This record gives sequence, structure tokens and C-alpha cells, in this order.
Amino acid sequence: MCNNCNSDEMINNFVDEEIDLSPLKPVIEKYGQVKGSLINILQATQDIYGYLPLRALNYVADNTPNKKSTIYGVATFYTQFRLKPIGKFLILQCQGTACHVNGSKEVSQAICEELKIKPGDTTTDGLFTIEDVNCLGCCSLAPVMMINGEAYGNLTPSEAVNIIRNLAKEADK
Amino acid sequence: MKVLVGLGSCGIAAGGKKVLESINNSVKENELNIAVEPTGCVGMCFYEPLVDVIDGDKKYTYGHVNAKIAKEIVESHLKNGQPLKEYIIYSNEEPDIYVVNQLKIALENCGQINPENIDEYTSVGGYEALKKVLTSMSQQDVIEQMKISGLRGRGGAGFPTWFKWDAALKSGGSEKYVVCNADEGDPGAFMDRSVCEGDPHKLLEGMIICGYAMGSNHGVIYCRAEYPLAIQRLNIAIEQARENNFLGNNILGSDFNFDITIKMGAGAFVCGEETALIESLEGKRGMPRLKPPFPAQSGYWRKPTNINNVETFANVAWIIYHGPEKFAAIGKGNSKGTKVFALSGKIKKGGLAEIPMGMTLREVIFGIGGGIKGDKKFKAVQLGGPSGGCLPENMLDTPVTYEDLGKTGAIVGSGGMVVMDETTCIVDVTKFFLEFTCEESCGKCTYCRVGTKRMLQILNKITEGNGVMEDLDELENLALSVKDASLCGLGQTAPNPVLTSLKYFRDEYVAHIMDKKCPSKKCTALLTYEINKEKCTGCTLCARKCPVQCIEGTVRKPHEIVQEKCIKCGNCFTTCKFNAVEIN
Ligand SMILES: Cc1cc2nc3c(=O)[nH]c(=O)nc-3n(C[C@H](O)[C@H](O)[C@H](O)COP(=O)(O)O)c2cc1C
Ligand code: FES
Repeated sequence: MCNNCNSDEMINNFVDEEIDLSPLKPVIEKYGQVKGSLINILQATQDIYGYLPLRALNYVADNTPNKKSTIYGVATFYTQFRLKPIGKFLILQCQGTACHVNGSKEVSQAICEELKIKPGDTTTDGLFTIEDVNCLGCCSLAPVMMINGEAYGNLTPSEAVNIIRNLAKEADK
Repeated sequence: MKVLVGLGSCGIAAGGKKVLESINNSVKENELNIAVEPTGCVGMCFYEPLVDVIDGDKKYTYGHVNAKIAKEIVESHLKNGQPLKEYIIYSNEEPDIYVVNQLKIALENCGQINPENIDEYTSVGGYEALKKVLTSMSQQDVIEQMKISGLRGRGGAGFPTWFKWDAALKSGGSEKYVVCNADEGDPGAFMDRSVCEGDPHKLLEGMIICGYAMGSNHGVIYCRAEYPLAIQRLNIAIEQARENNFLGNNILGSDFNFDITIKMGAGAFVCGEETALIESLEGKRGMPRLKPPFPAQSGYWRKPTNINNVETFANVAWIIYHGPEKFAAIGKGNSKGTKVFALSGKIKKGGLAEIPMGMTLREVIFGIGGGIKGDKKFKAVQLGGPSGGCLPENMLDTPVTYEDLGKTGAIVGSGGMVVMDETTCIVDVTKFFLEFTCEESCGKCTYCRVGTKRMLQILNKITEGNGVMEDLDELENLALSVKDASLCGLGQTAPNPVLTSLKYFRDEYVAHIMDKKCPSKKCTALLTYEINKEKCTGCTLCARKCPVQCIEGTVRKPHEIVQEKCIKCGNCFTTCKFNAVEIN
């Protein structure tokens, strides 16, 4: 085993929590032996848990022909995959060209300040996760963000903050 | 009478679902017997949410509709036959210039039909081209027609489509693949999304015809994960095409079998590059392969593979149905047919515009797009995203063709057209693109991995006010080396934004370096924030928002920024309600 595998940096990338592995079984049954379907398996895993828990990845490695190193390689190559859990609301902030030109930086700054976290992080109450994405395909409504699959366009910093406050209020009820 | 509600991603983002709900409710309340259908995006995103009312041969389009207006439309127009003039943006009798100046081939059905109903597609001639191909044409005939049409790839490189199909046909073996590239990585382009969401059968028909021509039985659509609605509508379309035997075995009674599956991308720009896309399809990290061998010889699972862009496939059925000569008659020189552009940025009418090739940039931006938002001054147009370049005002009469744009250093690319005004800093935008390519470089080859990073460092240095004139030469040299020595298209084109901006906007770089000024007031490190004593009311908001407590003053008295401590975050500027914070 190389030193890297046990290094803190490597281990800190994962979250090793107790999870129910049973929903993974049908996924492995469907894709386990189909060649070239590692990405499908990881996407299905992330749909189940919201992220890729260490135990789920180990389970995939043990039950498919994929090596652990290959799985780690794929899971860290694509921005869609997360090794950490996300909050109840996933805010995707578009940082594409059209949004950049129309002031997405200011919007993003306001959101980060409101929630007191950086892109990639989750608030301590587990409500919000912020992530940067490259384009949501609604460029003519720039700047745009998407929260749990719903897109919001023509944002200003204060509007974005309002939307988030409303969501937080609703979640409080 | 029939009502169409625009429910592409953009329509939904603007509130289209609420409009549909409101119309459905009022139609029910008033006991009207009128079909209300969702449709895709017509491309007039700046007017979303859109509602079309079709009454016999008359068609009225309402823009910026909300739930309340929707109810009024039902009560006045649908029930009492009184169109609501104040909300109508155009009708087929008085069309908008946004529509008049366009020529729709790839997008002809987007926003006109219900994409989730195959009958609507067949009622406008859908799958007729496929019937013609399967009943009366040989594989060579199809390829010959593509050759006559002059269709070139719409995904970026503009490679002749017939040539790729022909190479794939000539590659032996019985297992071959047709792959559709729906990864649409250029941030700022969304025509492929529009086709998948608004007219998915057109894409399928193009792929089936391609499969027939090159002798393949398997099609795969690689669609980016950020487009959930596109994936959903494609799945529905595939299901319906199977039920109607446009997909499956012995299609329409012929001996041709073909089926299509969808694979979802996972968020990596480099996977738009065809060989990286193939690696990703195989479930691996999306790292490009060395070419040759080309995918036509050895692609997906090392079998002959033809990869085309969504828009390329969306032209195929039209060409077969209307005849290739008709397609070739449109356009200029070796750039035939139409191209869809996604207009965005500081433009009045942002959306999708399909234009005949050869129109000038000015005609597109000012004629169709209506010019610059807020009537500010035009500065530049960015074409081709991270692989393309910025062109200045004096190049606006360049015709939009592969050749003419290529000569300028920009590219047609996938069709992103981001317009910038005097408040956009070109150095900042160039830095933005390099941040993008640097982040998205897969790391396989050194020039791209290290070269983009080094260029970005230089740009950071310049925007932070630490640049020297020698940096510009180094930047240019680096850019040329990265262009020459990178493995795939990502690295080979990543320097384009740098090279074009150095060529056309060198004075902006010089202002950052010599005068330590950002003429567009974007690069925060080069700005100073000051409080205008006349305007400041002493509300203390800025002082509370300042992360380094560098704003001093007492309540109701003008405040002051201590310049030595200021980190130029801009918070005070954005929070001040009285515009008292000024940037110099
Ligand atoms: C870095 C990079 C990203 C690309 N992204 C896309 C894309 O998102 N969509 C696309 O259709 N083509 C993209 N291409 C071009 C493809 O490699 C390929 O040329 C194209 O899909 C071929 O189809 P066409 O001949 O129909 O244009 C990209 C190329 C490079 C180098
Ligand atoms: S650039 Fe933000 S949605 Fe396209």
C-alpha cells in the first residue's frame, strides 16, 4: 500500500458514516455486470444518498469489477460527484460567461455572505449547500441560480438573498 | 382554438409553470373546450413566459405573462374572442423583427409543437425523411445528399458531415455506433438544450438516418447532467418512437434495426471533446485519446463511431425532406445553411437566433438582438466560448461564416454569442475564460495543464496591478506554445481568448499595467472606493457590512473609508442605498 492511501488528506476527503446499503443492491443488479457503467452506478448512488459515502463506494468496489482506485479516480474527476453530504437545499450558482458578464460574482458574494459559507460548503444547520456550476442553459436570463432543480433568473444580489431567506423560513415551519 | 405555453427550461425559470396552471384553471372554470399544450423554447427568452394563442390561421403571441395576465387572456381572448392588445408582442400578421430576420431549419418546430407528443411531430412532416430514406435510398445516396447539402458540423470544428459519415461507412465490421454530442459545454450556448427539450424527435430522426447511412444499429446520446428536462423529454421521445416503430427492429418494414440509449454526463467540459466523450461513455475519466486513430475507425469500445453535435443532426431530416440543393442555396461560400446563435450578455433581446450563414455580426446583434441593454456603448462580442475570441466594434461587419470568422482569430464554435458593453473589462473576461479552462483541463498533457495555469497567473498579476509590459510578450509566447503543443482541442483552443484580446484590446492591458487603472472599473484591486460626503446619510450600513472595519464615522454623520485598510471587496458599494459610495 502506498503512503498516500492512509494519508490524512485522502481520508479527510471521505465521509464514513453508517448507511443502509440495501437500496444499492438493485443498482448493482442492474448495472454491476454491464461494462462501462461505473458513472451510471455512481450517479444512482448519489441519487440515493445525496452524496457518495465511503461505505457505498467500498460496496461498489466489492461487488463490481471496478478497482477502488478507478472508482476514486472517476468520483473525483467529475464535478457532479460529491464525497460530502449536502444540505436540504442545493444552490447551484451559475458562473458561466453570460452570468459572469451580468454580475454573477456580486450575486454569489451576497449569497455566501448571507449563509456565511463558501461555494462547495454546507451550512452548519444542514439547510443549504452552495455549488458553482458552469452554465444552466438559461443564459438570456443571466444571472441564474438553480435551487433543487428549479431555476431562478434575472437575479440581483438582494433578490437572491430574499429567495434564500424565504426558503429558510419555509423550512422553519 | 389552441393555446401553447412555453415550457423550456428558460420558460420555467421565468415562471411558465404558474402560467400554465393559471390558464388550465381558468379554462376549466369557464368551461371552455380548448387544448392547452406545453411547448419548447421559441428562442425569445427575453419575453418569457410566452403564451401563444392559435385561432384558425391567426397566431398571437403574448410575452411576459404572469398568472394574473394569463387569467385575463383566457377570459378576454379565449372566451370572448377579444385579443388583449397591450400584452401581445406580435402576431403572424405583424411579426417582430426578431422573428422576421431569422430562418429556421434546426429550430423550425421548437416552440411550435408539443415535444411530448409524437403525433404533433409527424403532423408537421416528421419522420417523412426517414420513410424516404428507408424506402428509396441507398446508404451512398444518403451520404451523397449530405455532400451536396454542404452541411458542416455545428459542434465547433465545422468538419463536413458527409465526410465523417462516409469514413464510418467505409470502416468495416458489423458493430458501429452513432453518438450524439449533447454535452453543450460552452457556458453561454443553449441551442442544443432547446432542440432536445423542444423538438427531440428531430434529433432522433437525424440519428436514425445517420445510422442507416453508415450501417450502425446503435445510437447513444451523451447529454449533460445539468439538463434534466432535456433528458426527460428525450426519454419520452425514444419511448414513443419505439412504439411507432421508428426505432427498434425492422423499422417501418425495412430490414434496418436501430435503437438509441441516453447516457448522462457528469459535469466535465473536456467531455465535449469527442475522444474524451468516448472515454466517459465507457465509464472512465474523460481524458482525450491521441488521434489518429479517429473515432470513425476506432471509437466507442474501439468500434467505428460517428459523433455529431445535436444541431448537426437536427438539420439532417430537413435536408432529406426538402432536398439538399435547397439547403445549399442558403449561406455563403463554403458555409451552407443556417446556424443557431445564443445571444446573451449585455444584449437587449437575449435568446436563440437561427440565421442564414453569411449574415454579418452587426445584423445579428443590432438587427435581431436589438442592440445593447440600457443603450450603453458596444465594446465586444465573444464568440465560441472558452475556445473562441472577442471581436471589437470595427469587426462587426464580418460575415458569420466559418472562413470569415476563422480569419479574425475567433470561431463560429458552438454558437455562443456573448455581447459586452463598456462596463465589461476585457482583461477580466479573458481571465474568466482561463480560470475556466485551467479548472477544466483534464491534466493529461503538460502544455495544457501547466500552460493554462501560467497564463492565468500572469493575468492575475495584471488585474491585481502588479503587471509589467514584458508580461504581455510572455503571455503571447506561452499562448502560442500551448496552442501548438496541447494534446486535444481544449488546450489547442484555450489560448484563443488571450490571443484575440491581445490583438484587439491591447490598450486595455496597457492601461492595467502602465496606468494601474481598469477602464471599465471591474478589476477591484485597481479601484479605490470613496464615500461622497454630500450623499452619505450616516446610516452606518456600510460600516457594519465592512469585513475589515475600515469605515469610520458616527451615526447620521458622513462616513469615511480608511484607504490603507480597505481590501476592496466592494461590499460598501453594493450595500449603500444612497449611491454614496463611489468608485474611482
Ligand atoms: C474542449 C472541447 C469541448 C467541446 N465541446 C463540445 C460540445 O459541448 N458539444 C459539441 O457538440 N461539440 C463539442 N466539441 C467538438 C467535438 O469534439 C466534436 O468535434 C463534435 O461533437 C463533432 O460534431 P460535429 O461534426 O457535428 O460538429 C468540443 C471540442 C473540444 C475540443
Ligand atoms: S451562463 Fe449562466 S445560464 Fe448560461
